[in-house]
Amino acid sequence: MSPTPPAHDDVVHSEPFLRSLMRRQLALSISCSATFLVALLGMPLLNYFAPALMATRVAGFTLSWLLLGVLFFPFVWIISYVFIQRSIALEEEEVAQVRNERETR
Amino acid sequence: MMPAILSAFFALPLAAAGARVDPWIFAFSAVTVVVTIGMGFWSARQSKTASDFFVAGRSVSVGWNASAISGEYLSAASFMGVAGMVMSSGYDALWYPVCYACGYLFLLLFIAGPLRRFGAYTIPDFAEGRFDSPLFRKIAVCFVLFIGFFYTMPQMKGAGVTLAYIFPGMPYWGGVVLVGAVITLNVALGGMKGITLVQAFQYWAKMFAISVPVFVLMAVFGFYNGHVGANATKETPAVATEIARKPLGEKAPKDEVWTSPFGPLTTKAVAAAAAARPEAERAAYLAEHQRPYSLLYTYSLIIALVCGTAGLPHILVRFYTNPDGAAAKRTTMWVMILIGVFYVFPPIFGIIGRNLMPELYSGVGAKGTDKVVLELPTLLATKGGVLGSILSGITCAGAFAAFMSTFSGLLVSMTGALAHDVYGRMLRPQSTPAQRMRAFKIAAVLIGGVSIALGCFVELLEINFMVGQAFAIAAASYFPLLFMSVWWRGMTMTGAATGMLAGGLCALFAAALTNVSTLALDKGPMGKLFASFAPLNGFWAEHPLLRILCEQPAIWTVPLAIGLMIVVSKATAQQVPSDVRMKMLVLHAPEKLGLKQEYIQEHQAGAGH
Repeated sequence: MSPTPPAHDDVVHSEPFLRSLMRRQLALSISCSATFLVALLGMPLLNYFAPALMATRVAGFTLSWLLLGVLFFPFVWIISYVFIQRSIALEEEEVAQVRNERETR
Repeated sequence: MMPAILSAFFALPLAAAGARVDPWIFAFSAVTVVVTIGMGFWSARQSKTASDFFVAGRSVSVGWNASAISGEYLSAASFMGVAGMVMSSGYDALWYPVCYACGYLFLLLFIAGPLRRFGAYTIPDFAEGRFDSPLFRKIAVCFVLFIGFFYTMPQMKGAGVTLAYIFPGMPYWGGVVLVGAVITLNVALGGMKGITLVQAFQYWAKMFAISVPVFVLMAVFGFYNGHVGANATKETPAVATEIARKPLGEKAPKDEVWTSPFGPLTTKAVAAAAAARPEAERAAYLAEHQRPYSLLYTYSLIIALVCGTAGLPHILVRFYTNPDGAAAKRTTMWVMILIGVFYVFPPIFGIIGRNLMPELYSGVGAKGTDKVVLELPTLLATKGGVLGSILSGITCAGAFAAFMSTFSGLLVSMTGALAHDVYGRMLRPQSTPAQRMRAFKIAAVLIGGVSIALGCFVELLEINFMVGQAFAIAAASYFPLLFMSVWWRGMTMTGAATGMLAGGLCALFAAALTNVSTLALDKGPMGKLFASFAPLNGFWAEHPLLRILCEQPAIWTVPLAIGLMIVVSKATAQQVPSDVRMKMLVLHAPEKLGLKQEYIQEHQAGAGH
């Protein structure tokens, strides 16, 4: 954080910077949400088209009950962990990039 | 003041119910009420202003913060409703707890980070800041009230059910009025502010109250998998277990439809439509429509819950109690872990209740499946004497913690919206602080009164279902607003307002229509009251698809809202705020670049806001 606000021709205020910033963050969010949505929206489809498979007994549970009622929670924790690690790394990278470009000017 | 409230709270029902009250259950509930109200008053004295509320949050760790968010989030629907609905509807009801927890992922991925950087404390703040429009703030604030009322109704039902259980002679509405009045009075007097410490305590109280009885029950009566296994599915017979199931009554759904996906919850509309047809056509009609329509129902429900979580006004507020973006993200992950662990437990109550307490299926309203969490531990009375009463007291205490914390949180935010935005900004912009203080108190009593009145009508609707409706309204109004404003530069105020109003009001109208037609089916006084809506049920029977789209509107209202936002924004493209690039930078650039401070300086110097 610089004490005096940088001038507006700074790299931070350029159109390409904002574009790449939003695109990279959105790409990360979309790839994480795609993993999540495939699993979430795929479950009803599996229930619909493969009812016998989803009714398989696993230690008393049906497969679909076990997946939805128990295993889905840890699955989401893993996605959120991966997202947080990557997005924090991404932010560090962006900050470093801006600092580099400011120095080389 | 406080002792007066408390003595009123306990004297009335005791007088009404006489000696049939279980002392253990009563004692645990009483302690929870006293501690909750006491902590509210204690913390209200600690912090006087709105900024204290946030600053206090910033000084605590990720763990406390995550507990506080979870404590605010777990309402009567999570604590009582999920178990009740799993018991009544089986597998399909599992989507509720799963999506309640997983909706946070959507919030984390798309909204939490940018919104926190923007520094808007509430959604109306964000709406105003993003589009530089005080008018839009006023439009946005309406949905705090709409969503809030739909969210308070199930909390009121939770209160009515719990008090009717603790004091067997008490009518349902008595509990609603009593609890509603106590909390309303408390909020109006300035207690019950959403302090991090109190909310965090609430989470651990609820977690303790749901998990300990579950483990004891499972140790005595058999484990989760055994109880699921005791129910046959369409494809597989029941697994041989030692669980001694009690015979299901006539009203209970059969094993095959209960354990398998696409059960009674999602096929209800088509079943009603088939029943209205000549007997010869029924089988063919069911075969053709039942499964596709229930798939549609399931998807619509998922959209409502996942998108709705990301648009709940009282949840987003809590994201600003983090020191920075990295902590906010870690907090969100811990919230998902804390509530995810919690949500494993309520379905266990539901399934044990189905196997061992099927008599609840024949009860209606306050005597129905929504009270399974409260009553199930009393099964232990035959085995462990007083243990059953103690554990039942613990779950009652958890239920009190759930609906009291959520109702007072909602009441504070709705009262704030009414007193601050409607009175302070629209009606009397020149009012003095003393006038505003009085306005806050009047608004609290007004909103509390409306909530109590609404709560008295909803005894026959399932707690969890009603919360789902609040999510559906949030999903079609606030979620598209936040999602599109954060990621699309071309959005204009007109576009945002049109989409939010159209989607949100359609969802609101659909939900209300569903509820009045359900209430019209009642054979008691409610049925008479809502009799004018009875023809609607004939209409639903002819058009089950429309019934499903009304009961779960998210599948069309969310695309409608987003579509209108895009079309209208394109048409009014000249209204895009001139400094939209700077706003987008503030939303998306890492905090370390310090753009927020720069933005504030420019805003103060430039536009003179």
